[in-house]
Amino acid sequence: MEIYTAMRHFADSWGLLAMAAFFVGAVVFTLRPGGKRAADEAASIPLKDD
Amino acid sequence: MRSAGTGDDIMNYTTETVVIAVAAFLALLGAAFAHDHLFAVHMGILSFCLVAGTILLMRRMDFSAAGTQVRVEPSGYFDEVVRYGLIATVFWGVVGFLVGVIVAAQLAFPDLNVAPYLNFGRLRPVHTSAVIFAFGGNALIMTSLYVVQRTCRARLFGGTLAWFVFWGYQLFIILAATGYVLGISQGREYAEPEWYVDLWLTVVWVAYLVVFLGTILKRKEPHIYVANWFYLAFIVTIALLHVVNNLAVPVSFLGSKSYSVFSGVQDALTQWWYGHNAVGFFLTAGFLGMMYYFVPKQANRPVYSYRLSIIHFWALIFMYIWAGPHHLHYTALPDWAQTLGMVFSVMLWMPSWGGMINGLMTLSGAWDKIRTDPIIRMMVIAIAFYGMSTFEGPMMSIKTVNSLSHYTEWTIGHVHSGALGWVGMITFGAIYFLTPKLWGRERMYSMRMINWHFWLATLGIVVYAAVLWVAGIQQGLMWREYNSQGFLVYSFAETVAAMFPYYVLRTVGGGLYLAGGLVMAWNVFMTIRGHIRDEAALPTTFVPHAQPAE
Repeated sequence: MEIYTAMRHFADSWGLLAMAAFFVGAVVFTLRPGGKRAADEAASIPLKDD
Repeated sequence: MRSAGTGDDIMNYTTETVVIAVAAFLALLGAAFAHDHLFAVHMGILSFCLVAGTILLMRRMDFSAAGTQVRVEPSGYFDEVVRYGLIATVFWGVVGFLVGVIVAAQLAFPDLNVAPYLNFGRLRPVHTSAVIFAFGGNALIMTSLYVVQRTCRARLFGGTLAWFVFWGYQLFIILAATGYVLGISQGREYAEPEWYVDLWLTVVWVAYLVVFLGTILKRKEPHIYVANWFYLAFIVTIALLHVVNNLAVPVSFLGSKSYSVFSGVQDALTQWWYGHNAVGFFLTAGFLGMMYYFVPKQANRPVYSYRLSIIHFWALIFMYIWAGPHHLHYTALPDWAQTLGMVFSVMLWMPSWGGMINGLMTLSGAWDKIRTDPIIRMMVIAIAFYGMSTFEGPMMSIKTVNSLSHYTEWTIGHVHSGALGWVGMITFGAIYFLTPKLWGRERMYSMRMINWHFWLATLGIVVYAAVLWVAGIQQGLMWREYNSQGFLVYSFAETVAAMFPYYVLRTVGGGLYLAGGLVMAWNVFMTIRGHIRDEAALPTTFVPHAQPAE
């Protein structure tokens, strides 16, 4: 059970923190100032070409 | 870059033909030296399919001199495999709906069970696999291969590898379905195929990932459009889920039986980690990829908020994977794991509705299209059902609600409002968008038949879901009804008998949905043949009645 205990502790400490930080980072990056223009450009990709 | 009829067809698949012929012989050897009778029959079926494939490939061979053979057009998109995929989607859809109506009728009228091959226990996985993997899977593969080429402005990576993905996947479906009817099953929900079929699917899936990811890597468009993120999440996660859930030790390498490496509650949790994420990443993420491409295309407007779609993506990815334990409330699973599953399921409501709002609001400023364009209407009802079932699901995952709903028909109703409403309708919308495009027709054979399909399917879902809500709640209440002395009021057989009228009505609802599927199949067939139905146009403009002056 040693491996289980170690993985369990990692999962609910650093693992959880890393995933939460990545998620928050992804959201902040998406909503960054100036992100709107890039997003509008990306949104038009399917309409450009057939 | 416009896709023209490229010369893909005329290529000689010499190596492929030899490999398939050798494989057919090996399958025959497998049948001859089989450890058990079922494996022998299954390998016989495999050998037959491979021989048929060899003959078909040899008949297509071009024996003219090397220089005069038509070469592959390297420019245009690789659309022939998408055309095959669309036909396979329609075909398996009708088959899956038909088997669904049959198993529904078997529940109402048990005499319809034809033992042993066609009884309920064997036909049910045929239905679930046919609609999820054959209909839904083909829809996802063909639309993803279409969308990734358009949004990356690049031809599919890997040359003819996409053909291997298509035919390999059909072979998986045939082996899975014939296996269920024969009685070969590992008894895992939505993962019934035995070890050797699982291994085959793994090979096909890796090839699919190579084709899809390779196309993204050689894209000419700098940004990867959000639909491709959803498709890629679907492909990668399904690979992970499939491999872990199917870890098993076969009894013999020439036998049809295997045993899971997990046992007890770990096995149960692995199964539902797989099972719920099959819903989350197969039936949700993949079809969201479809929504984020085909709704903007059909409405001819960009998605309402691209940034919301990115947040939708990450929130869905981070939360869905934890929701599986809600299938194991009040079981031997540790209480904390049940609560974790419940909490994440409830949180999932937010990204789901974010996505629903994003899909619906794409039509803002063009709401009239819901009235005038039957394809848009199909997509809108799909998104509405996505919103409805992603509200119902979190609610049912709450332990107190689950204590009433679990093991009842309510769960089946919930699954079908998601599957028929969301998955089915968004796929129909994509099929109606793609068919004229892929075969170079001006429009579908009949717009009125799309309208018929819409109403038949919608009415079918409403009947089906409403009936099973009532049935499920009645069932749950009857099971837990105690009298003043603490005895159960109803025997189990009484609760089964009480379901009869609901089972009949559910068959009617499924029958309506099947009828809609048949209308679509005819419409697609006639469109491919190049016909346009002589019919009055659908009313497109609203003409208010003139009011006499006062």
